[in-house]
Amino acid sequence: MKVLLLALFVSVSLLGITSKAAENPNPQTEQRIRQLEEKLRCLVCQNQTLADSNAELASDLRRQVREQVAAGRSDDQIIDYLVQRYGDFVLYEPPFKATTVLLWVGPFALLVAAALVLISILRRRRRAPEEPALGPEDKRVIERVLGPADAPERDGSAR
Amino acid sequence: MKRVLWPLGIFIVLVGFLAVGLKLDPREVPSPLVGKPAPAFELPVLHQPEKRFVPADMRGKVWLLNVWASWCVSCREEHPVLLELAKSDVLPILGLNYKDRGEDANRWLMQFGNPYQLSAVDADGRIGIDYGVYGVPETYLIDAEGVIRYKQIGPLTRAILDEKVLPLAKALKK
Repeated sequence: MKVLLLALFVSVSLLGITSKAAENPNPQTEQRIRQLEEKLRCLVCQNQTLADSNAELASDLRRQVREQVAAGRSDDQIIDYLVQRYGDFVLYEPPFKATTVLLWVGPFALLVAAALVLISILRRRRRAPEEPALGPEDKRVIERVLGPADAPERDGSAR
Repeated sequence: MKRVLWPLGIFIVLVGFLAVGLKLDPREVPSPLVGKPAPAFELPVLHQPEKRFVPADMRGKVWLLNVWASWCVSCREEHPVLLELAKSDVLPILGLNYKDRGEDANRWLMQFGNPYQLSAVDADGRIGIDYGVYGVPETYLIDAEGVIRYKQIGPLTRAILDEKVLPLAKALKK
């Protein structure tokens, strides 16, 4: 029984190896294809990469990528090929150019601006003069409202 | 007063951005092909497998290339508009039957009517990729020199035809 199980186990694991080998004739190429597919966006389900998407168009585009890799084209050539047809949108990471400067730089610019505002507020607060001591004018007003300086409440409690 | 105005100002700007963002359609990806020559292809013609179609056949004419498929639901929505346009005879409409089966495509045209002068058969979707197709239906307005002048992603409507496609076609014909 044990031998049978072992034989089964070995054959199943061998099966796994052979099927994988058929899929990856060259693991390096396979990895390159995978990396390319992760750089490219599926246009149907727009928040997924080509590698992740199950859309039919994505599988067609994956086939294109595979064929072009097999034909010996470079990564840049393949990406150009798709950008020519689908525009920059097909790139999962937008390129840095005049129209995308705000996209790339914007958040950092906002962060710097916020830091500057914070610093200036803190500085202003530190530099602000201490509350001036009560002048004679203030004292007169207080006396008029609250009565003479010796507190009447204390007098009341003493009685 | 200033203390209230600042956050209010920021809030209003933010609302402005969000309001504009709501109106943008993320499905509409600007096509890099507008203003470029329509990619060449040679494909068999639906119904007439012995005939082949190349876009160069349409040189000297302003025409529409409409990408359609029998499995495409929005194509049904658009179909009456195309039929009406075909009847008015202002613009020739040619079809690109995208990733479809011949018999399904034929049945579909029998059932709903055929606005196309002919339909080229792109069974495996390769030509679709050359044209940057990612959501059927898509429609290209191509001028006499074979340059793509306009691309409609999604169904054509009467309003889009009247406001964009037909005026542009008229200008291109001159």
